[in-house]
Amino acid sequence: MTQQHLTSDGPSAQNAGAGPHGLPCRAGAGLKPEHVADILQDSPDIGFFEVHAENYMGDGGMPHRQLAAIRERYPISLHGVGLSIGAEGPLDRGHLSRLKALVQRYQPGQFSEHLAWSTHDTTYFNDLLPLPYTGETLTRVCDHIDQVQDVLGLRMLLENPSTYVAFAQSTYAETDFLKEIVRRTDCGLLLDVNNVHVSCVNQQWDAKTYLESFPVEAVGEVHLGGHAVDEDDAGRPLLIDAHDREVDAAVWALYEALIGRIGPVPTLIEWDNDVPAWPVLMNETMAANAILEAEREARSDQPDAVAREARLAG
Amino acid sequence: MTKKTMTAAVLASAVAGALASVAVPQEAAAQAKEKCYGVSLKGQNDCKAGAGTTCAGTSTVDYQGNAWTLVPKGTCVDMDLPGDRHGSLEELDRDLPKA
Amino acid sequence: MPGDFYPPLPGRADFASALTDAGVSMPDGIIGPDGAPAPKRFNVYRNNVMSSLSEALAQSYPALSNLLGEDYFKAMARVLIAQHLPQSAVLLSYGAEMPEFIEAFPPLAAYPYLADVARLEWAWLRAYHASDCAPLAVEALSSRAPDQLGTLKLCLHPAAALISSRYPIVAILSQNRVAQSGRMDREAGKTSIDMSLSQVALVTRPDLAVHVEALDPASAVFFQALADGKALGFAAEHALAAHSDFDLTVCLRKVLETGAFIAAGGKA
Repeated sequence: MTQQHLTSDGPSAQNAGAGPHGLPCRAGAGLKPEHVADILQDSPDIGFFEVHAENYMGDGGMPHRQLAAIRERYPISLHGVGLSIGAEGPLDRGHLSRLKALVQRYQPGQFSEHLAWSTHDTTYFNDLLPLPYTGETLTRVCDHIDQVQDVLGLRMLLENPSTYVAFAQSTYAETDFLKEIVRRTDCGLLLDVNNVHVSCVNQQWDAKTYLESFPVEAVGEVHLGGHAVDEDDAGRPLLIDAHDREVDAAVWALYEALIGRIGPVPTLIEWDNDVPAWPVLMNETMAANAILEAEREARSDQPDAVAREARLAG
Repeated sequence: MTKKTMTAAVLASAVAGALASVAVPQEAAAQAKEKCYGVSLKGQNDCKAGAGTTCAGTSTVDYQGNAWTLVPKGTCVDMDLPGDRHGSLEELDRDLPKA
Repeated sequence: MPGDFYPPLPGRADFASALTDAGVSMPDGIIGPDGAPAPKRFNVYRNNVMSSLSEALAQSYPALSNLLGEDYFKAMARVLIAQHLPQSAVLLSYGAEMPEFIEAFPPLAAYPYLADVARLEWAWLRAYHASDCAPLAVEALSSRAPDQLGTLKLCLHPAAALISSRYPIVAILSQNRVAQSGRMDREAGKTSIDMSLSQVALVTRPDLAVHVEALDPASAVFFQALADGKALGFAAEHALAAHSDFDLTVCLRKVLETGAFIAAGGKA
């Protein structure tokens, strides 16, 4: 897969460090239609924009015009939310074709999807639903990822989910399940640090242990976002992956430690509900970028670390 | 009403008149470009699957909703149809849900 | 092809049906960290599904939501969603059933204009996402020999739609919808709408912005005839026969200015 040319235009070109998959190792923001006019007017210095693929599956009009204008100026990352890779049944080939058309049209630096299902039979539930981690589901997920990578002709990233329940049938730990997926399919991973925090609180796992056992060598992108706090049947805290506010302090701490460990990685701020004015989202993006910059500087003082980063990137 | 026919001459004259006075397309194009990216937010469906919500939707008892017993509270309640008509009685006679 | 034939995993189909049907209880094996069944946790997913789909409908039908009020709209949306779950992951095409659903929804029988408002909002959404296409150019008319004008046929532009209603749907829409400017037109008070008025709405999107206007009765006949594939001469005679005040010059100008048509057979 060669997509390095994708970083050669737009404001990112002045910045070093194209990631292994074609996005710069800088912070980016989820693209919201209400921000496009501001973005085109201000030309913010930002690493990339990420879009939900399904929002650009109409025939024409404003969404495509906006995305084309953004793409002229910035690298973009295509993030699917409806492919249902964890589904029991076969992938929707029509949906795969639509994804392929978007990949060809917009040449994203990255394509990612979720370790989740959203379609059963032909019904689409519009949520990222959890699956048991068993040998059987592992085979299905891997088959589906193989199919996606074949059709799209790229190495996709698979995102770790936020979960609210567990399955008694599961026989794999989530990180082991992901490791095995990477081994079998050679896909990359999208490490959502907010999802790590949300799932670890909800499942009473230890986030540091989770991240230590996460196959970080496959990580091509990181997500950060805000979550809401609820409580479960027994009154324990239940975190909801709401993408409706600033990134939580606990998530920033996990992120900083992670970047210190694995080096700069393209990092996205997700904010999908109660979307704030553009400058607020840009600030949040800059906060992530500052952590990436600090790590890059620290590493430039330490050749060993640079070598390690290069090794991870390769 | 008397039958009127469109002769070629009438059509040509109307076309000429229309072309002489038409205000498109340059003006419309320029206007569209000006507010090209100022999106109309409503009516566009921004998919954000996966971003969960804490809004109480279905997690409680009244799962089926109660649109059968609720009364609209929006602006439609102010828009009475003429002649004291609030919809046809025949339609009201349709089968009501068993629940 | 991998992935085509798998035996069902216990509980997965149940998970799906329990998401949207209160009569189906949470499947076995859904647990919290203590290993105990966790129905409240499961309800997060039920909530996400229903809330997100309800919100999707509200985004596609903003005037309807305003007309009914948010609470009523949500309650009604839950009924519609249970009957018509999405069959595609492309949610921008979800909700086509709304007009027919409202028409057949007994509690709203007292508001017979709502279904037509829904039709207009659906046409708006279709227009917004329609394929890009240059409307009929003036050259299509100016370059045509006078004796060939009568046989000229046009097609509706991919974004264009004509919605005919016994009710003043364009007025209702503009009063109840956040306009392009992002503000609702609150100046247009409810008293300004004469509910006895019939309106034919023309929806167009010559470039990016969706336009909705009410056509006068004569223009409506003319536009509809053209949309039905009738030749220009026939459409004009038809409109004149129906409305003696029909003005072909004005109507042709409107054809060009609204961008509602393209040349038959594709290129304008």
